[in-house]
Amino acid sequence: MDQGKFVERVLFLLALSSISSLVVITVFIFLEGLPLIFQTGLTDFIFSSHWAPTKGHFGIGAMIVSSLLVTLGAMVLGVPLGLACAIVLAEFSSARVRAFLKPTLELLAGIPSVVYGFLGVIWLVPLIRNYLGGPGLSLLAAAVILGIMILPTVISISIDALTAVPDIYRDGSIALGATEWQTVRRVVLPAASSGIITAVILGMGRAVGETMAVIMVAGNAIKLPASILDPVRTLTSNIALELGYAAGRHREALFATGIVLFVIIMILNLSATLITRRR
Amino acid sequence: MIPRLHPKVTQAAAKTLLWALTGLTLLILIFIIVNISIKGLPQMTLGFLFQDPQDMGRHGGIFSTIIATIYVTLLAIVLASPLGVGTAIYLTEYTREGWATRIIRFGSECLAGVPSIILGLFGFVLFVMKLGFGWSILSGGLTLAIMVLPIIIRTSEEAIKAVPQEYREVCFSLGLSQWQTITRIVLPSALPGITTGIMLSVGRSLGETAVLLFTAGSALRMPTTLFDSGRTMAVHFYILAREGISMPNAYGTAAILMISILLINLAAYTLMQRLVKRYS
Repeated sequence: MDQGKFVERVLFLLALSSISSLVVITVFIFLEGLPLIFQTGLTDFIFSSHWAPTKGHFGIGAMIVSSLLVTLGAMVLGVPLGLACAIVLAEFSSARVRAFLKPTLELLAGIPSVVYGFLGVIWLVPLIRNYLGGPGLSLLAAAVILGIMILPTVISISIDALTAVPDIYRDGSIALGATEWQTVRRVVLPAASSGIITAVILGMGRAVGETMAVIMVAGNAIKLPASILDPVRTLTSNIALELGYAAGRHREALFATGIVLFVIIMILNLSATLITRRR
Repeated sequence: MIPRLHPKVTQAAAKTLLWALTGLTLLILIFIIVNISIKGLPQMTLGFLFQDPQDMGRHGGIFSTIIATIYVTLLAIVLASPLGVGTAIYLTEYTREGWATRIIRFGSECLAGVPSIILGLFGFVLFVMKLGFGWSILSGGLTLAIMVLPIIIRTSEEAIKAVPQEYREVCFSLGLSQWQTITRIVLPSALPGITTGIMLSVGRSLGETAVLLFTAGSALRMPTTLFDSGRTMAVHFYILAREGISMPNAYGTAAILMISILLINLAAYTLMQRLVKRYS
């Protein structure tokens, strides 16, 4: 075998082992968790909210609902804020301002999730407790913190989508007498819509998957929240809170929780990829 | 009937609102950085950096957690870099776009989307339990390597693609083989971009908590072998803050962690900008 062929084989093996880690992760999570889902019954596992793992009750309904509500709240806050930043950076700022603002806003991505959670506990939770009532540790607190944490994802992907719109579109619109804002709203945003939707979906993925910050501010009570001021436990928190001491069927139930989380994330990733490809 | 506003008025209102929201985002960022720095920087003495934690972290410094952080990060980078760069070379230099590249790229994107708690769960069952490595630097480093792999693949791929095609053509015309072209011309030119990916990976590793809590454990002793458990700075900060052990020490740890990550990311960004400028 000549050198070129050999090198190609080796590189192919490297590439293969890179993605095989994804396969191995999937296989392991499912192998560990699926038996319990079959024993409990899929509907019981997903729709029941009775979680008492030491007594054999495994229902994660409340946690699924909490995860989705927290994510929804994060989107309500994070998407307008992130999109506003992206529009300002891509459309309304001079090159010099952009050269300063873009790397500055990207710093948000570097702040560790534990630091977000910590500041949430110190500042946000007391604010909610004193002015809105409830224990403070709540769905609302988690949603606000996550809304901030998804900003870098939403901003950077939206900026890419906006800058990918050809300048001819803008010039044509301006030449027809539209204002800059009319151009952005009626021409640039619709043209960039699939990229912006991708940004939103990937932001959702980040919000659903975030763990440490949520554990610190969400209160972690296992029940369906009646208001946004109630404490909640998400799927991720459930795994992280109990993995340290769980054994036997209890541990299997945490892997089963992981399966549900994994499936949600994969559906989000898949739809993001499909939307990007259609473009 | 709603009166129609003049387009100029709507534009002024829209721009004001968008700039205000951008300003708000900036304020949040400034608030985070200033808050942690003001409370944390006064703690950052030489003693804090170079003494081991005592009494669960209530007293003393954070030296052993710094060392544990360096060990797991280094291990993750050493494992993930050859794999990631190799994958990137294969994707860009050795295959045409086709089903193979599509699957590999899709797999890498999916891997990037896997939440860290799932990686922690996986590392826990495979490395800690099944393979019997226990809570250790080795388990932590292996799992972190999987976490940063997509970052290295993506940035290396972009860096290699940015190297102008003419460089390769000149090499081929001079009779160099493809492998010689890659190792002598393409990789050296792409090195700043690849380094950027590695730096971003270091930044991600420093701040990671969920993965390491369940794979590297939380022992405060100084780790001496690959099989020792080690508590990283981020995990240490989480435990100090969550269990209310010592607020001043929590702030101090957070400040060191945050400032080092921000500096690394800023350096990576600057390096990337320089590369972009050179080839465009």
